Amino acid sequence: MLSFLIRRLLQTIPTVLAVVLLVFVLFSVVPGSIVSTMSDDADPQVELRLKKQLGLDDPVYVRFGNYIAQLATGDFGTSFRTREPVTTMIAKRAWPTLQLILTAMAFSVVLGVPLGFVAALRPGGLIDSAAMVLAVSGLSIAKFWLGLVLMYLFALKLGWLPSFGYGDGGLKYLLLPAVTLGVSPMALFARTTRAAVLEIMTADFVRTARSKGMSETRVVKWHVMRNALVIILTTVGLQFGGLMGQAVVVEKLFSWPGIGSLLVDSVLQRDIPAVQGSILVVVLAFLAINLLVDVLYGVIDPRIRYA
Amino acid sequence: MFRIVAIVAGLGLALAASAEAQTPRKGGTIRMTAPYGSSFTSLDIHTTQRAQDEIYAKGLHRSLYIWDSAEGKPVPELAKEVIVSGGGLVHTFKLRDDAYFHNGRKMTADDVIWSYNRIMDGSKAYPGARYVRVIEGAAAVEKGQAKEISGLKKIDDFTVEMKLTEKVDPGFYFFTALTSIYPADEAAKEGFIQKPIGLGPFRFVEHVPGSRIVLERWDRFYKPGKPYADKLIVSVMGEAAARDVAFRNKEIDTSVLGPAQYVAYQADPDLKGTIVEVAEVFTRYMGMNPAFKPFADKRVRQAINYAIDTDLIINKLVKGKAYRATSWLPLTSPLYDKTMKPYAFDPAKAKQLLADAGYPTGFEFEWTTSQNESWGLPIVTAVIPMLDKVGIKAKVKQVEAAVLSEVVRSGDYQAFIYSQQTGPDPQAALKCFHSSTPQSACNYMNFRNADFDKMIDEAGQTDDSAKRGQLLQKANALLYEEAPVWFFNYNKAVMAVQPWLKGVQLNATELTHQNVEDLWVDETSPAK
Repeated sequence: MLSFLIRRLLQTIPTVLAVVLLVFVLFSVVPGSIVSTMSDDADPQVELRLKKQLGLDDPVYVRFGNYIAQLATGDFGTSFRTREPVTTMIAKRAWPTLQLILTAMAFSVVLGVPLGFVAALRPGGLIDSAAMVLAVSGLSIAKFWLGLVLMYLFALKLGWLPSFGYGDGGLKYLLLPAVTLGVSPMALFARTTRAAVLEIMTADFVRTARSKGMSETRVVKWHVMRNALVIILTTVGLQFGGLMGQAVVVEKLFSWPGIGSLLVDSVLQRDIPAVQGSILVVVLAFLAINLLVDVLYGVIDPRIRYA
Repeated sequence: MFRIVAIVAGLGLALAASAEAQTPRKGGTIRMTAPYGSSFTSLDIHTTQRAQDEIYAKGLHRSLYIWDSAEGKPVPELAKEVIVSGGGLVHTFKLRDDAYFHNGRKMTADDVIWSYNRIMDGSKAYPGARYVRVIEGAAAVEKGQAKEISGLKKIDDFTVEMKLTEKVDPGFYFFTALTSIYPADEAAKEGFIQKPIGLGPFRFVEHVPGSRIVLERWDRFYKPGKPYADKLIVSVMGEAAARDVAFRNKEIDTSVLGPAQYVAYQADPDLKGTIVEVAEVFTRYMGMNPAFKPFADKRVRQAINYAIDTDLIINKLVKGKAYRATSWLPLTSPLYDKTMKPYAFDPAKAKQLLADAGYPTGFEFEWTTSQNESWGLPIVTAVIPMLDKVGIKAKVKQVEAAVLSEVVRSGDYQAFIYSQQTGPDPQAALKCFHSSTPQSACNYMNFRNADFDKMIDEAGQTDDSAKRGQLLQKANALLYEEAPVWFFNYNKAVMAVQPWLKGVQLNATELTHQNVEDLWVDETSPAK
């Protein structure tokens, strides 16, 4: 197990480096610079001095080397825009993003997985049809539009929840953005679960279990559910990464103070250290979750070896 | 159009009158919105030129002057008296002796001098440098040739002498938050950026990045009885549709309206009364590069003005949320010339002018634009068929807003569409077209005209304000004739204001920038 973890951690290094390089090169070639967003009317000499000070006049490979050296010490650099350490900026935003994603994920798993199970147990039935209509709709609806509809309904018409903001960070403020973010993965989990369960239900080992006289409840509980969970877990792990990207839209819509809104403003203002730091954190989180999923495979199904 | 202006002005007066008629209520919470992005840039207001950041800064900080919306000009704020001498170049400020920073320390002349020296630190490129540069010796500090601005002298603890490089009204240079006065010693400390200290009517409580800034009443604010409210919350709300729901749900007190919402609010009897609008000092235009051969000819530039049905675009596409531009200086400029008429929509005349200029079959150019809904891609898309009808083909080059500002400053374009601040100081707005003004500063069309230069120079030298006004109006008229741009529109800023929020000022420099000490909420406000 330990050697598996070490090997997997080592495998993440090239991925992280590739992402860092990609983002770095991308922001080196796209037009626009932080200097022009800082002042409309800066003295040209001042602009040159500032570019030099920020290292923007160095060749790309020098800047990249410096950045990697900085990263190796755990330093994400200083924001061009706010002049704060990027780690401080991300730290302030990490918890709200985590709150949002975890709540959205909880909502989607708690609703989506049972829905898929129930649908698969009676394929072609009323529940199955209704669940799949819901799933296709959930996957098709744009988050921005859904968020507005939820705001309109639950804030403006029913008055149950606030329409925007972080408030005290409590559930009252979290519900609408989390549901907006969670509907699409919920639909995906329902579809994936249904498909997985239907496939497993026709597998040889399920037929064997039934032929041995095992009750249907035990068949579903001990054979179908356990085997389906591996597939579901993979989807959940992948969706975590997807949610981090999709949170950008939801955070902006609901004025939620997460990493997404930090990323948007940093990109628009060419605040390269903040962009790189934000993307790196998202990538690291994604890799960490996938590693966790790999570990959980073995817990769910001991046949899966770490070797 | 002037009827509209008159109605707007009337509404403004009525609003002001009704606010005055009532006794301001003490207490309550004001909930404003910051609509121009997903976050505030920084709590160090010297570092950011975004309109978004000045919204909260109006509560937290104070500058030497303040914008008086009723008067339409800057008035002294931190100075009790300003004495002008030295042929109009030396301004002696008698500072208030009752202005306290939020840490309880009294403001002195040292703070003023320290703040301006900080802004001129050339290693930081503070955007306020463009204003402080008008003080003698400030540019040397910016270039690293001096440590302190030679034109600033402390006479005593509450008197500062400021020597300027040209005869201008310093009020126009020192009223925005970019030139806020900071507490000299405390602002140098590292923690200042996390918990800023200012001289404003509200002091800092909390910043939730990407969500809100909360300020509370500063009891030692120097204006007796003000501010009225106990608390000021500025929420970041970049999405117009989300602001709309929150406004209708009474969760916010102010909301900036875009063209589509402007129409919807006007049509809704419950919301119509919440609309507040003002002509802001921004001119939207298409700039033409004289280095691109066809645009070097005045007749071609005029032809473009004649070829575009500007009124149609304003009415149908901008939904009436703009005023037709009749020259460079905007409607709310003190020197706006009411006698000037806009270029008529006359494609035949445009064709004739093109033929006279040697382009009977037209020509092709590249038009650089951002995605902005009011002065970007949608407008360009609508104009292209109109130009096509007179033989001019336009190819669109779409860039991000940050890139567009680089493009216009570098001159790397054939044509671009933009929104430029053209006030409140008419002299500064017109000086952008002076041949001595670099393209990178604000002479984006690299305009060169000896007659224009002469008028601007004379206006800058005369002590006779009436003569200066006449010269500047003549220069503005010449600009209109020379047509370095397609004169599109002046921005009409529109904000929805809840009926319980009183004292809203029609600020032509930026409607969202309110002197928050004058705002108050009545007892019907749902915010506690």
